[in-house]
Amino acid sequence: MKIHEYQAKELFQKYGVPIPRGRVAFTVEEAQGAARELGTMPVVIKAQIHAGGRGKGGGVKLAKTPEEVASVAGSILGMTLVTHQTGPEGRLVRKVLVEEGLEIEKELYLSLLPDRSTAKIVFMASEAGGMDIEEVAAKSPEKIVKVYVDPLVGLQPFMARKLAYGLNLEPDIVKLFLPMVHALYRLCLDYDASLVEINPLVITKDRRLLALDAKMNFDDNALFRHKDVLAYRDLDEEDPLEVEASKYNLNYIKMDGNIGNMVNGAGLAMATMDIIKLAGAEPANFLDVGGGASAEMVENGFRIILSDPNVKGVLINIFGGILRCDVLAQGVVEASRKVGVKVPVVIRMEGTNVEQGRKILQESGLNLIVAQDLKDAAQKVAAIARA
Amino acid sequence: MSIWVNAQTRVLVQGITGREGQFHTRQCVAYGTRVVAGVTPGKGGQTMDDIPVFNTVEDAVRATGADCSMIFVPPPFAADAILEAMDAGVRVIVTITEGIPVMDMLKVKNALKHSTSRLIGPNCPGIITPGQCKVGIMPGPIHKPGPVGVVSRSGTLTYEVVHQLTLQGIGQSTCVGIGGDPVNGTNFIDCLQAFQDDPETKAVVMVGEIGGAAEEEAADFIARNMTKPVVGFIAGLTAPPGRRMGHAGAIISGSSGTAQGKIQAMKQAGITVVENLGDLGSVCKEAFASVL
Repeated sequence: MKIHEYQAKELFQKYGVPIPRGRVAFTVEEAQGAARELGTMPVVIKAQIHAGGRGKGGGVKLAKTPEEVASVAGSILGMTLVTHQTGPEGRLVRKVLVEEGLEIEKELYLSLLPDRSTAKIVFMASEAGGMDIEEVAAKSPEKIVKVYVDPLVGLQPFMARKLAYGLNLEPDIVKLFLPMVHALYRLCLDYDASLVEINPLVITKDRRLLALDAKMNFDDNALFRHKDVLAYRDLDEEDPLEVEASKYNLNYIKMDGNIGNMVNGAGLAMATMDIIKLAGAEPANFLDVGGGASAEMVENGFRIILSDPNVKGVLINIFGGILRCDVLAQGVVEASRKVGVKVPVVIRMEGTNVEQGRKILQESGLNLIVAQDLKDAAQKVAAIARA
Repeated sequence: MSIWVNAQTRVLVQGITGREGQFHTRQCVAYGTRVVAGVTPGKGGQTMDDIPVFNTVEDAVRATGADCSMIFVPPPFAADAILEAMDAGVRVIVTITEGIPVMDMLKVKNALKHSTSRLIGPNCPGIITPGQCKVGIMPGPIHKPGPVGVVSRSGTLTYEVVHQLTLQGIGQSTCVGIGGDPVNGTNFIDCLQAFQDDPETKAVVMVGEIGGAAEEEAADFIARNMTKPVVGFIAGLTAPPGRRMGHAGAIISGSSGTAQGKIQAMKQAGITVVENLGDLGSVCKEAFASVL
């Protein structure tokens, strides 16, 4: 799960990680009020959306006077911000963060996350702050300092020192940096974060060290023990169909093609999307109804796939292992009747009682096309896409 | 022969009295697996279909000699269950549970280094040696005893692969689902090494998906260490970056973890890569013709 910058900064503050003074605003008036409260000029007005690259897209601007605060906040609030992470359709900006402007001497990069290959918490730090870290990693990997922490041992003081000296920090800043590293480590573990990233971490002219930006992602599997993080969820930032699907425990991701598909199991679902593409069509979605897949899930899955107006046809691919194919076929027929499916539906199923299942589909009188195997199914949906 | 489980394996089930635990225990017993014990804290002394239930794994191991555990414990308590099985010295721990927090798994993974146990999973279908022992939730009847080892990060996709092999008359030595989570116990390389060392496994099918670098590392291992032919498949060519495709581990972050990168690494390692899943059975038939 993702949260906004201002929310991440709330958590930073709770853990004693210094951040610029500021407040979130939903309207121009609130933005003006926030600026007045800060009592200094200039202020920085930052669009709050769940995507990076906001500055380049015109979502982060400086205001030097109260009048400028109104005009800048007015121009950002309500704008559709397009960045390299939002896709071409962009994201509507509904709130801004108003912060004190700082005189910056140096920009650094600092992040930490669980590393899957070493099963440790990895810190990454770089003097090349403010830049895309992937780019730094690709072009000049020597500029990134990495420290791996075994969670059973915990973060040791020498590890934090390694980061500090790797960043060539001066003694006064080292003193500020070391407790910050420990605080971030605690924050990451306490909240089951899948990423904590500060880009840039800034040293100001008056020798302070602050998180100018803050990004936090969380492990969805651990949200059950973080009710306060769940409260940060912003449904406006999520696709409405995906929100709907999550209510039924369906795993749905909307895509740009026109062949809807419904599959049991994530790996098989990805492979099915690939097969649609290889047959010359484009998948409209990823939809995993789970290894089990009940008739009710099939019905809800149908409803969600068909509410995407681009869908010209649907491919259902179910490998019924423990679930019997006749039960599944019955479910598909009932769901099709109930939802009123108007587009052709190709069904490929395999497993126990597959012959009985196919018979139920063929005799249903509905526009249900039975495929013999995967390749046959792909060819049948490709024909629909071409029609 | 086979790897890790066979007709002699004595299985205990953690979470045996839950709905899933009960159902799949019965399926395993019907397949012929020797399920000797169950563990549910607070239900020690009871039985499930004549299988004795114990309060702790240690009690179960001591009383029944179980050497393999199958875990169905819900995600908030699953890491604890794995650590308990490790503590009791269980040789093979198969964790079916989906949705264990990554931080919990980091602890488990690091604790494993100080243990002799092998963890398979979590978030996996389990392990089966066809005709001998099924420790997991896979449908038994699609399997057939034979010479091909199967290792996969996925569940139903593995069933699809096994089904196609069986239809081609190609049986399997052992099929291992290593799970779709970012941090797991047994990885591709562990399985590949075991298949290489198993005299009755003549060839291997490796099924990967987007996310992480496990397939690339496996490809490198195969190029250096394996003499047996390998056929590979990667799911997720069409997956968009930055999105979790069902499995917690199936996510392309930036430029790493893409299907294209994995397929390229596998081809360079001399692995026969199947592009279209529908062709897998026939490609295996051809690629393995000289060894089967």
